[in-house]
Amino acid sequence: MSQLPSATPPQSSERSSPAILLSMLWRDKLAFVSAIILLIIFVCALVGPALLGDLATDQNLRGRNSPPFDLSRGWAFILGGDALGRPMLARLIVAARSTMMVAAGAVIASLVVGAAFGLVAGYLGKNVSQLIMRLADVIMSFPSLLIAVVVLYVLGPSIPNMILVLAITRIPIYLRTTRAEVLEVRERMFVQAAIVMGASHWRIIVRHILPQVAPTLITIATLDFAFVMLAESSLSFLGIGIQPPDITWGLMVSQGRPYLGNAWWLAFWPGLCIVVTTLALNLLSNWMRVALDPAQRWRLEARSTTDE
Amino acid sequence: MTKLIGQRAAASLLSLIVLMVLVFFLSRLTGDPAVLFLPIDATEEMKDQFRALHGLDLPLIQQFGNYVLDLLHFEFGDSLRKARPAIDIVLEAYAWTLPLALYTMTLVVIAAIVLGSLAAFKVGGFFDRLVSIVSLVGASAPDFWVAIVAIMVFSLGLGWLPTSGVGSVEHWILPMAVLFIRPFGLIVQVVRSSMLSALSSAYVKTARAKGVKNLRLIFVHTLRNGMLPVITVIGDQAAAMLNGAVIVETIFGFPGVGKLMIDSILQRDFNVVLAAILVTAVAIFLMNILIDIAYGLLDPRIRQ
Repeated sequence: MSQLPSATPPQSSERSSPAILLSMLWRDKLAFVSAIILLIIFVCALVGPALLGDLATDQNLRGRNSPPFDLSRGWAFILGGDALGRPMLARLIVAARSTMMVAAGAVIASLVVGAAFGLVAGYLGKNVSQLIMRLADVIMSFPSLLIAVVVLYVLGPSIPNMILVLAITRIPIYLRTTRAEVLEVRERMFVQAAIVMGASHWRIIVRHILPQVAPTLITIATLDFAFVMLAESSLSFLGIGIQPPDITWGLMVSQGRPYLGNAWWLAFWPGLCIVVTTLALNLLSNWMRVALDPAQRWRLEARSTTDE
Repeated sequence: MTKLIGQRAAASLLSLIVLMVLVFFLSRLTGDPAVLFLPIDATEEMKDQFRALHGLDLPLIQQFGNYVLDLLHFEFGDSLRKARPAIDIVLEAYAWTLPLALYTMTLVVIAAIVLGSLAAFKVGGFFDRLVSIVSLVGASAPDFWVAIVAIMVFSLGLGWLPTSGVGSVEHWILPMAVLFIRPFGLIVQVVRSSMLSALSSAYVKTARAKGVKNLRLIFVHTLRNGMLPVITVIGDQAAAMLNGAVIVETIFGFPGVGKLMIDSILQRDFNVVLAAILVTAVAIFLMNILIDIAYGLLDPRIRQ
């Protein structure tokens, strides 16, 4: 650390160009590996069902609970077969889609709604703000798992309903953060200047305030993605989430539970997928917290220049 | 202090009322208990009788009015499933959840404070990295999976511990261990970062310059100031545990309030669900007051 050029942020010209971000990511090996893992999972979710859909549903009663690390049945059975003789590896890849879809849907929905309300609450006067915040408090104080159970039981468990329930319980997080940031940004000189120059409310919010708030929101969303994924898995595990023939990793753990004594791999692999994904999201979000914050980014940039 | 408690009570009451109304009407939409509880060949008359007996034949609004009136007399109605007062069943379940939450939380707090403080004392050292990794993995692992793997290893594999149920001390070990992981991972990180900022403050430097020994410096001088943000997180985590550890209780067959709540929802035992929510809300409210008192004890500036 003594080799650092100086403790002041260097004035780089093109701060947020993707190339700089990428090279910063390359410097932090843990974050880089996390990004690669997430990319692989994303690709699996995208093309997996199209390529392996048949293989994953193809039952083969001779291959019931066939043990892992045995290549005699082909590469698809490297992680073993499930209770109906379907290859675990193919099922894990196919399950990535529903798992990611629910989590991504819930995070995007709650991010958009929460940020919109947060911007309004922070920008407009007290009365609107009070109303919105009390609403958020009420949602926050609910035991979210209980609400999810009741709502899913009433509406019926399906992917859109899962997204709806999970999104509602996560909205307050984004709402509060956005509002707090807006309250602070609103008082800054450049916003005051924009107001004086006669910019419209819409323009001030979208062009001046939102870019300041966005990095924080993206960081939180990354972390929240992990949280929502765990919540979805828990609900699916309890049997009120995703229903067969759809599969998610959480549901696969639950389906493997009766075979704990004789086929550990049924419940182990999908759980491991969840752990690895959440871990990667946590690590990446840690990195983003610094990388996307203009006030702190020089730490990473400085490190990358001294490395060379 | 009384003013603060008053405000808390008002806010809690508001969200409790919203929650109760929501659950009351939503849960009645899940289906007709008469269909679920009576034999499959029950006649319409029997079903009508059942509904009339439990007041389920009235319009929803009237059912709600009756429920609120009973509630004002501290009557929570009977459980459909067990034909006993719902509140008794809930309190019995709490007699299991409360010690589980209390013991686990005590262990979590002690372990997190000791390990987190030591990690903050030597930033970047081996111990610090170890604690960071353990806490990160702990916060990332889904509890149902950890529970299943623990059963696989310690009950089925090694045969050391029972798989589920209650009855002996051994039955408590696995549920407590699984419940321990996530709150520990979260709290230890907060302890570490808050101790870090406390350790760099002027009064600690003074103490260090005076030659105060390391351990005394951490646990006597710094900890008290570093604890304030930690208390908040402890409160949140304890509240989550009072809600009943649904997953852990289900997997280990632990007769606590989380398992009771999920069973009652699935079996349309409305009165038990509502009673459980009410008791939980009161428990969480009381715990928040304890947290406020802890703040006051730690920081004289809050006490006024």
